[in-house]
Amino acid sequence: MAAIFWKEMADHLGRRRFLLTFLLILFGFLWGMFILFREVQGSGVSTGEFLFLSLFTNSSGVLPPVLFYLGFFGPLVGIALGFDAINSERTQGTLAKLLSQPIHRDAVFNGKFFAGLTTLGIVLTAIVLSIVGMGMFVMGYAPQGEEIIRIFGFSIVTVVYLAFWLAMAMTCSIFFRNAVTSALVSLGLWLMATFLIALLIAPALAELAVPEVSDITQQVSRESWQLWISRISPSQLFNEAAQILLNPDARFTGVLSAERASQLMRVQATPISAGQSLQLVWPHIVVVFSMVAALIGVSYTKFLREEIRS
Amino acid sequence: MAPLVETSSLTKHYGSIKAVDGLNLKMNPGEVYGFLGPNGSGKSTTILMLLGMTEPTSGTVSVAGHDPTRDPTAVKRQVGYLPEAVGFYPDLTGRRNLLYTAELNGISKPEAEHKVEEVLHMVQLAEAGHRPAGQYSRGMRQRLGLADVLLKEPRLVILDDPTLGLDPAGIQWLLGLIEEMAKQKGIAVFLSSHQLHEVQRICDRVGIMSRGKMVLEGTVSELTAAQESGGYEVYLEVEKSSKPLIKALSEIKSVKNVEANKTKITISGTEDLRHQVSTIVFEQKAGMLELRTSNRSLEEIYLRYFQEPADGED
Repeated sequence: MAAIFWKEMADHLGRRRFLLTFLLILFGFLWGMFILFREVQGSGVSTGEFLFLSLFTNSSGVLPPVLFYLGFFGPLVGIALGFDAINSERTQGTLAKLLSQPIHRDAVFNGKFFAGLTTLGIVLTAIVLSIVGMGMFVMGYAPQGEEIIRIFGFSIVTVVYLAFWLAMAMTCSIFFRNAVTSALVSLGLWLMATFLIALLIAPALAELAVPEVSDITQQVSRESWQLWISRISPSQLFNEAAQILLNPDARFTGVLSAERASQLMRVQATPISAGQSLQLVWPHIVVVFSMVAALIGVSYTKFLREEIRS
Repeated sequence: MAPLVETSSLTKHYGSIKAVDGLNLKMNPGEVYGFLGPNGSGKSTTILMLLGMTEPTSGTVSVAGHDPTRDPTAVKRQVGYLPEAVGFYPDLTGRRNLLYTAELNGISKPEAEHKVEEVLHMVQLAEAGHRPAGQYSRGMRQRLGLADVLLKEPRLVILDDPTLGLDPAGIQWLLGLIEEMAKQKGIAVFLSSHQLHEVQRICDRVGIMSRGKMVLEGTVSELTAAQESGGYEVYLEVEKSSKPLIKALSEIKSVKNVEANKTKITISGTEDLRHQVSTIVFEQKAGMLELRTSNRSLEEIYLRYFQEPADGED
């Protein structure tokens, strides 16, 4: 597997794709810088002790937060790295040759998957570190323990989320022999997960489930329907998890019932610890992770049993 | 000596179609075996089963002492496979492509570099080795494929229609190379092709597939002899044919039949009759214009097995 891993890494980081990864890092960095300088200019300092976190969650008014940049473009990079993983080998005529070497067939998939994942990890780490680093330079102090844990946790969640899109695109590359079809299907699913489910499907189904909203209980009920339906999308799970991890003041996921709200009102509005936040989003991480596992499982069953004709 | 490749009643169905039907194949170490048959006769499917790349419906396979279905990696360690229409990573140089194969075979880096140079020299691509494989011609790609297969120092190489799409000179060159590699390195070669006359020259033995079945097997001379056992034909053309001539011809001992179409006469018998025929023609002063055996054995093999099944047949 090591040989395949390193060859794929060289493909991802060398030549054509290098430009893609490099531009992504550069744009991420510039985006972060823009937010940073707006914050320093304006009254952003009022965020208090969690300045570094706000670099990722604050928007400049014009530019959405860096979090959005990562959640939006990240999946596209994942798709770009995976959509032609297997089918390009097929069309080049290299797949039969590759599989006739003394390696296990799953090593081909694994090598490609981990190379893609490592590339995504490198891009993400570069963006996050460059933003934090520039923040340190401008603000003159380093992030504290809690912030470091949160940023680290957020990076892990993002990597798992991007792994989902990589696995999705690679699955498409096994099922669709044409790279263009595979790319279009991947993008279609991305569009569906990112926009259609949250904006159209979930509200529509929620309306079907709770047709009338005349009091607050029904309102809450409809909203929780909508939330739970939209949670079939990994994008929704990622957004919730990222928000909680990067925002110490957020103390719940889901819809606030009247009862929960009065409970929370009694609690003093102090930030919760990173450990508590992590506990809140643990189910989200596990679900996205198992989605990745399921996709890999589907790919395995298809790819390992498939007959490869040149 | 244990056979290198052995299959017994190997069968592969695709739905109701029998791609390979009860194939019994035996191949000895160091042998060049021509696996022949028209397109769609089950050659590629057999090869895939030999490599464990597809599972047989029934029957057994053994390659180099291993069952490719159960232990494909052990087989692939000793067997080099050149697929039909082999491809390379177009962005990488020919040399880099080979290094990747070496790496996949677990050959250490310094050793791999040495070996890559050696095989590139062998296929005369040492100069072109630094160019991206995407720029290679069909013939060069085929040669690079051969180099790729030789890297792992296999006991057996399986070549799936390696001459496909090459020009005649390229075919001769490639076949010469294959022959040389088999002789010099003692590598067994399993050569699949649909061009009998092209490859027969270098094959120790050939097997002919038709519709998933092995219909003929043996050395090329055995095969032609088998075809001839039914008869031997002499084709004769004279200036003027006459009844006494025909009569004299039909009186030769081993002649079975004489057919005359004006001055063109076909004589069939059980052995080569050219000598007797020429004597008679001379005695009768018939004026010989042409005398030859119609070596139709190979052509017959062709006509019988190498035509794609016509529609409506069977």
